[in-house]
Amino acid sequence: MKVLKNVGLIIGSIISFLIIWNMASNALYKRAVSTTITKIEKLQSKEAAEETRKRIESGDPSSQPNSLPSPLLVWKTAGLLLDDAHKVMKKKQDFYKKMEKTNAKLKQAGKESITYTGRPSFLDQTITSLKNIFWGVLLAISIAIPVGILMGLSKRFKTSINWFVQIFKPISPVVWFLLVQMIVNTIMTDPDSDNAFVITFISVGLCAMWATLVNTSVGVSSVDESYLNVSKVLRLGIGKKIFKVVLPASIPLIFTGLRITVSVAWMVLIAVEWLSQSPGLGGFVREEFQNGSSSSNAKIMVAMFVIGIIGVILDKLMASVQGLVSFENKSQSPSPLSIMRNMFISKKAA
Amino acid sequence: MAIEEKTLTNLSPERSINTRFTKPDVNRRLEDKKEILVIDQLKKVYPTAKGDYVVLDNLKLSVKQSEFISIIGHSGCGKSTLLTMIAGLNSISGGQISVDNEVVHGAGPDRAVVFQSPSLLPWLSTLDNVMLGVKQVFPHATKKQKLEICKYYLDKVGLGNDFNKKANTLSQGMQQRVGIARAFALKPKVLLLDEPFGMLDSLTRGELQDVLLEVWNKEQITAVMITHDVDESIFLADRVIMMTSGPYAKIGDELVIPFDRPRKRKEILDHPAYYDYRGYLMDFLNH
Ligand SMILES: Nc1ncnc2c1ncn2[C@@H]1O[C@H](COP(=O)(O)OP(=O)(O)OP(=O)(O)O)[C@@H](O)[C@H]1O
Ligand SMILES: [Mg+2]
Repeated sequence: MKVLKNVGLIIGSIISFLIIWNMASNALYKRAVSTTITKIEKLQSKEAAEETRKRIESGDPSSQPNSLPSPLLVWKTAGLLLDDAHKVMKKKQDFYKKMEKTNAKLKQAGKESITYTGRPSFLDQTITSLKNIFWGVLLAISIAIPVGILMGLSKRFKTSINWFVQIFKPISPVVWFLLVQMIVNTIMTDPDSDNAFVITFISVGLCAMWATLVNTSVGVSSVDESYLNVSKVLRLGIGKKIFKVVLPASIPLIFTGLRITVSVAWMVLIAVEWLSQSPGLGGFVREEFQNGSSSSNAKIMVAMFVIGIIGVILDKLMASVQGLVSFENKSQSPSPLSIMRNMFISKKAA
Repeated sequence: MAIEEKTLTNLSPERSINTRFTKPDVNRRLEDKKEILVIDQLKKVYPTAKGDYVVLDNLKLSVKQSEFISIIGHSGCGKSTLLTMIAGLNSISGGQISVDNEVVHGAGPDRAVVFQSPSLLPWLSTLDNVMLGVKQVFPHATKKQKLEICKYYLDKVGLGNDFNKKANTLSQGMQQRVGIARAFALKPKVLLLDEPFGMLDSLTRGELQDVLLEVWNKEQITAVMITHDVDESIFLADRVIMMTSGPYAKIGDELVIPFDRPRKRKEILDHPAYYDYRGYLMDFLNH
């Protein structure tokens, strides 16, 4: 019953959202049309303005003003992008079928095979972004967890490195991008190398790793005294102490950090892809923005929703992994709902 | 025995009326046993904001091989402090503790500890919790031998069917059973227990006392157990140590419990001397 009610609430709010969006897009469209016409009237003549109005009203796509696209248009554009993705995929397959023999020969001769270099579809861009975030998060993990463990274990190491963490933690992705670009472009001068990809995933990793670093360090330094006593009584060596006691005990906190890292990485990725001219959803958005054709705005909106939905999926994925590895008794750790309920009850009693 | 005489002569007249019984002086079972745990002139100072706080001072105690002693005393007198110092988990401010003629430095598996809260590693199964220690203590045993040791003790404490249960899915009582199995599996020289049944309901507590005694009867490992429960201290121990209240706490008195082993709860409760012992201990705590 309650579930049904909640579903009803969500559907209701989605419908209201679409209605408000539609109204806003209609209003903005009208405004854009009238601005265009007055401009032409001022600069050219009344006749020219009248002609433009007729052209716009006839629905000619090339003469539509650029404004906030309506929900329907975005929906249609999403369909077009999907069709396009199918077409591109087919082209790619056909290409490789044709090249099968040539590539086999090239391989035998020890040469590199010919790859498809056609335009990537929206789907390809999405997959590229997922690849970018994967490498970014992997980099973040491989720096943040070891350093976090060291910081948690050794007070001295923590004191000596903490200023660095504090200063670099709040730096914006744009600055990380610039910094990484300076370094990578100096080192990687080979024209064949994929600098944009390297710059993108390194910037994303460095920008997103801090939550995991801090959480790992806090988790390791606040391991339950009784677990540490077990390791002392058993005289566990340092390796066993870390891997059998300290790390498992701090896994819940580490995963909370990782979850934040993944969502920050995804948020930052789009901006960094834009800046680094790398392919991916960020690159897609930048191209459409610079393209400025009448369908661009709708495509950007589609990308926006895809980005949002992938963000939710990534977060849910991390949450479920977190639930799997957490050893804390679920009945013991209070859910946000039960905390709220308790607050309510105690207030009432007081 | 010097301590004992001194404290007895110091007794107020009022108190000696209540304790008009001859204290048993020796436990025949332990007569030819050597002393394995020797605590001499032990001192513990906690630095606090208001200056140093001397919890224990000039504390002397020795425990014989395969003797089971229990320690009672008022809350906050320093019992846990004493126990964690024996375990090597708490630094020593003065004096020394030796186990089997070796002065104690730091913690080690020769002094296994069972705390009030089970302190199992919750992400491991019951078997792995025991195995972690067994691997440390018997590094050269074969895999099969190690497994057998773990299973033997888990079986002994009544968890023969729960080897693979995650520790955090067990009840408090079950967790404490694993804690007991883990401690015995280390084959320690001294077993240290700090109110191991303090958090349990009285029914489970009784069950676990029986479990503990049963495992202990086989091994007769020297044991030091802190408890708040006078009946528990008599039922389990060969000797009950009474600590004075802090600061500067030390051993105030001690009472030998000469009951034969193996003990049965019913026989102990029906023993004519039981209520004399109980009265003596209650009397100490109430003064
Ligand atoms: N780390 C510490 N720093 C300062 N004071 C401490 C510390 N640990 C214990 N104390 C104090 O030392 C005294 C003895 O503590 P301890 O825990 O040994 O008592 P206890 O006899 O085990 O008490 P209980 O029966 O309640 O368990 C108490 O007054 C306590 O407040
Ligand atoms: Mg205590």
